[in-house]
Amino acid sequence: MEDMSEYPLELSGDNVPMVRFMNVTKSYGELVVLDKLDLDIAAGEMVTVIGPSGSGKTTVLRMLMTLETINGGVICVDGQPLTHMPKGGVLVPADARHLRKIRASIGMCFQHFNLFPHMTALQNCMEGPVQVLGLSKQAARERSEELLDLVGMIDKKDQHPSRLSGGQQQRVAIARALAMRPKVMLFDEVTSALDPEVIGEVTNVIRKLVSEHNLTMLMVTHQMGFARDISDRICFFFGGRIEEQGPPDELFANPQRDRTRQFLSAVKEAV
Amino acid sequence: MSFNWRWDFTFEILPRLLWATLNTLMAAGVGYAIAVVLGLVLALAQRTGFRPLTQLAREFVEFIRSTPLVLQIFFVFYVGPQFGIRLSPWVSGMVAIGLHYSAYLSEVYRGGLESVPKGQWEACTALNMTSRQTYFRVIIPQALPPSLAGMGNYLVGILKDTPMLSVIGVAELMHTANAIGSESYRFLEPYTLVGIIFLAISLPTAGLIRLFEIWVRRKLGMR
Repeated sequence: MEDMSEYPLELSGDNVPMVRFMNVTKSYGELVVLDKLDLDIAAGEMVTVIGPSGSGKTTVLRMLMTLETINGGVICVDGQPLTHMPKGGVLVPADARHLRKIRASIGMCFQHFNLFPHMTALQNCMEGPVQVLGLSKQAARERSEELLDLVGMIDKKDQHPSRLSGGQQQRVAIARALAMRPKVMLFDEVTSALDPEVIGEVTNVIRKLVSEHNLTMLMVTHQMGFARDISDRICFFFGGRIEEQGPPDELFANPQRDRTRQFLSAVKEAV
Repeated sequence: MSFNWRWDFTFEILPRLLWATLNTLMAAGVGYAIAVVLGLVLALAQRTGFRPLTQLAREFVEFIRSTPLVLQIFFVFYVGPQFGIRLSPWVSGMVAIGLHYSAYLSEVYRGGLESVPKGQWEACTALNMTSRQTYFRVIIPQALPPSLAGMGNYLVGILKDTPMLSVIGVAELMHTANAIGSESYRFLEPYTLVGIIFLAISLPTAGLIRLFEIWVRRKLGMR
């Protein structure tokens, strides 16, 4: 058992990051997926995680969305601990109620969209606001239509997901996540399952979010050009650790570590 | 031996058998309603993280599936009173048959629930839904269409098992046919009619279930 008294009950001060991973470890049995990860993401920052498969990059997002439990360390969101909660002056593992409270500021889009197949695009977007946030149907509908318009899917709002292409489904999924008004958006390989010709329609929506909305974003992608264009910072993961990180222009143009160079040149050859 | 079908006798006993058919339908209907609800409870109980509950539900299902229905009917009717549960043959019969089929339906639901992709659960977590909302808004509606075929099979099954209730004197079809036989010493007509009546109910039911399944899929926007 790790000594939880080393961790603050909450983050305070001038520069509280929107997301902070403190010493976070994740393992499946013997296999260590993430090894004592420390990572801060500032409010409004767009951070992209790249790296070879198995480097733990998707796990970072899944832990933050509480889809995976962590084996050590603490994750804080907006200054509050997410994976833990204060009790009797120390941090103890969070209960379901605490998780729900803090998780409310996080939204996520998945590689395989995961839209609800029995609901139309509009119903998918309204579901969370009505059921979880308790908005009136009217208010939820207005909010959802606005967001479907933003992602260019308002014409298809009454279609079920089975009638939509992959790119269209992913845009609806982005609108659905945004309808919950998260402070942090997670994009987990959102273009990986798409046909090449529709990748652009999804990346364009994300570009628009970056330029017009003050969201904190954490993205895992294989689209290096896209990552370079829109990210404030790139984190290169290798073997469960951040091997190298920095502004995209520096990291792509002048990588400092051998593994980063190898990875980038391998990716370049594949294109 | 001679084949000797008497039409006049057939028409004489037909009204009585049709009345008994109503009893059969009622026993099957109420029993099925119990099974549909209790089966869902059993299936969900097996998915909670709470181990004693999971274990209890699992054991119950295994116990029911491994013992004959007739024994369960006798148990509820004859042994129940020793524990202070005194039920009429009718109620005993419906409870027993309902309990019995709830075990089978819970397995159908379990299969249906497991067929819902993991990503759907994750999407619910990402939308911060409670587990109640997750089940009732997202998972169960999707588990329903793949469960319908199995549910339909057991609806026909429960109907065909209602004759078992004759052992505790429920006046359903089989019991009535037996009564007619022992009164008149004629068995050919009553038993043949019972067979035809069962066919006349079961076959359309199976067809209707198929149509219902298509309708539900379309209603839920699934192809």
